[in-house]
Amino acid sequence: MAKPEYETHEHDVIVIGAGGAGLCAAIAAAEAGVSVGLICKSLLGKAHTVMAEGGIAAAMGNVWPEDNWQVHFRDTMRGGKMLNNWRMAQLHAQEAPDRVLELERFGALFDRTKDGLISQRDFGGHRYARLAHVGDRTGLEMIRTLQYHAIHQGIDVYMECKVERLIKDGDRVTGAFGYWRNTGQFVLFKAKAVVLATGGIGKAWKITSNSWEYTGDGHSAALWAGADLIDMEFVQFHPTGMVWPPSVRGILVTESVRGDGGTLKNKDGERFMFNYIPEFFKGETADNIDEAERWYADKKNNRRTPDLLPRDEVARAINSEVKARRGSPHGGVFLDIFSRRSPDYIRKRLPSMYHQFKELANVDITKEPMEVGPTCHYVMGGVRVEADSTAATVQGLYAAGEVAGGMHGSNRLGGNSLSDLLVFGRRAGMHAALYAKNFGGQLVADSGQVESIARTMLEPFNRSGGENPYAIQADLQETMQTLVGIIRNEAELKEALKRIEVLKERAKKVRVEGGRVYNPGWHVALDLASLLTVAECSALAALERKESRGGHTRDDHPYADDEWGKLNVVLRMRDGRVWVSREPLPEMPPELKVLFQERK
Amino acid sequence: MQTFTMQVFRGQGRQGDFREYKVIADEGMVVLDVIHRIQATQAPDLACRWNCKAGKCGSCSAEVNGKPRLMCMTRMDTFPPGETISVAPIRTFPLIRDLVTDVSYNYVKAKQVPPLRLKPPDPDGKYRMMQEDVDRPQEFHKCIECFLCQDVCHVIRDHEELKPAFSGPRFFIKAAGLDMHPLDTQDRTEWIRSQGGIGLCNITKCCTEVCPEHIHITDNGIIPMKERMADNFDPVVWLLRKFRGGRKEPA
Repeated sequence: MAKPEYETHEHDVIVIGAGGAGLCAAIAAAEAGVSVGLICKSLLGKAHTVMAEGGIAAAMGNVWPEDNWQVHFRDTMRGGKMLNNWRMAQLHAQEAPDRVLELERFGALFDRTKDGLISQRDFGGHRYARLAHVGDRTGLEMIRTLQYHAIHQGIDVYMECKVERLIKDGDRVTGAFGYWRNTGQFVLFKAKAVVLATGGIGKAWKITSNSWEYTGDGHSAALWAGADLIDMEFVQFHPTGMVWPPSVRGILVTESVRGDGGTLKNKDGERFMFNYIPEFFKGETADNIDEAERWYADKKNNRRTPDLLPRDEVARAINSEVKARRGSPHGGVFLDIFSRRSPDYIRKRLPSMYHQFKELANVDITKEPMEVGPTCHYVMGGVRVEADSTAATVQGLYAAGEVAGGMHGSNRLGGNSLSDLLVFGRRAGMHAALYAKNFGGQLVADSGQVESIARTMLEPFNRSGGENPYAIQADLQETMQTLVGIIRNEAELKEALKRIEVLKERAKKVRVEGGRVYNPGWHVALDLASLLTVAECSALAALERKESRGGHTRDDHPYADDEWGKLNVVLRMRDGRVWVSREPLPEMPPELKVLFQERK
Repeated sequence: MQTFTMQVFRGQGRQGDFREYKVIADEGMVVLDVIHRIQATQAPDLACRWNCKAGKCGSCSAEVNGKPRLMCMTRMDTFPPGETISVAPIRTFPLIRDLVTDVSYNYVKAKQVPPLRLKPPDPDGKYRMMQEDVDRPQEFHKCIECFLCQDVCHVIRDHEELKPAFSGPRFFIKAAGLDMHPLDTQDRTEWIRSQGGIGLCNITKCCTEVCPEHIHITDNGIIPMKERMADNFDPVVWLLRKFRGGRKEPA
């Protein structure tokens, strides 16, 4: 067989992924004076960040002066059921306000307070109104601002370019190999440091708010390169996705609807969330409607409405209501803001929700309730990183944003994702640049490795028989949806793993029609490898953790277990298979532990 | 459930033609769902761009029955039963394959718009902006860069020779948003004239009509910008220039 051809680009730092984290990393690395390549699977500005709606959590204290990083840190840790990497949560809470202000200096126009400062809105699990926002299109503002800032920083942008594998020289990562979607031609990036900012894995589930891009590329590439993954059992099912019509099932309905006064109701009109307040959050959650209603205006003397419990709690509650046949006609529950806020307020605060329901579901949310139900939204788990530097456990590799694990523990609070991207995206860029500057020896990318990857990538074209890649993807999504969903148990997880093995075999025989130019069938076929890997990782970790916590609920182990609360499930690949181990969490220093002892 | 006859453009480079597919559409389906169904069951290599499927990312622009639309926001039940529906790539940009076009022109133009240049902050180090001052530029920040306005712009569509000196409606509102930013101090006059080429726009409002975000591109963006250019117009300088034989910059 002829040697596969490929072009080569060389940079000090390459950043894979151009959502919020990737753009921040690229900007920070360029600022540090190194040469930067930014690689994105879609066109620039289309990454998943663009879909984020609610806002950026940051204790700026513009609306509630009582707010500060300690309160935000505490909320984040409690939201993650204390499984978070404490240092990441601390850095995040401390640095988020500065990052929001930096975004403003880059040109972002947030909604304002009466004093002309950045306005902040309520969200689940946050003690104070804390989310800097622009209506319900905060992610769009964020990615556009970063994108237009980045293009003036001398960064080389490689659009519609998909990275398949990382390249290693001995123990260190020295580049990445992939293909141009436009032409199907191969491309090698040689780099002293690689930042992964590839987002999540939600496309492994059937009902998801995630786009085609979210196939766990970074998670898998890191694992295959020998890096550790942690917390892969924790998958966030956002409580409110659209449920009707079928074609829009899973599309996100922002938590801002509840932050801005919307409430959840069952078919009897009951505000059922009052029946689902867990012991852990009793102290801070209103147990009656009157107090919950007073809370919107007076947070000092009232406890938060249970509509705004952390997402894992709300998703499980909705799941239970639907199972108990108290759901809405199409298998969700009702989300009502029309009876509680004026049409003008709704259109001003939630313009894209108004538009989305009107256009896609024929529902006017200023006149009638929405039907909503859980949708796979976010993976808490990811590449194990060193908190301050975002360095993975393999030299030369960094990870930020959803692809990194630890920051959110077992459950992420709404709004903490965008701030995570800003804080750790920047840190990843800075530290990758620093590492690149101190890089010793020659930058080597072994052509043997590269050619072998290229040959594997072309195999689907050369098979005569074989399966349609879309069918395998659909079967995997069905498997994960039914067997590794919101509620899990040992038998189902084992069954899922068995089916994933079968799917892996089928994927080896996948066949692609047509040529290499912009061929989505081929793209899906190639993405199957990473999608199957992350699905397996998630199921393996879920089988390992014999307790229920955050985004991992086992009906055969229904309670949180203190011993498990001290452990991460770690996955690593050795000799071609994934090994599972339990390792202790980093221990929080006493001065931070104090924050959890006081009754606030 | 209903069976639709779809005419989907298939081709690569300069060649291509419509091909017919029969597809069953479920309740609530949009054109993008139908395209995905064709991919999954009949033509796995059918090329199209998409991401969010909710009108937020601006990736799935196409011409549906000749009209520039987002495929993800075009419901199948808006077409009369029995009607054949055509889906073609946006016509203004060079074809890559099937429904995917080369939109790199827009990314070149994006880079040319002079960026924000900030005022110094207030004495306490903070920036303050009032909501009423932010409302106007926020309208332009809604842009999802679907490039449908660029697709229908007559200058870009029909005048290849003018493209180097014309940036199109997307970047007029980008510049307008920056100009209206309460903290901006950048002068974009020269850009608007030389690279923006706003003088070439004859306000037919086609861009505004196709904007899926309903941004008032012409009324709120282009016209005020044209008016500002006219305000900057100095008849004495104009006369001098005439006599000196078209020198660009006055002495």
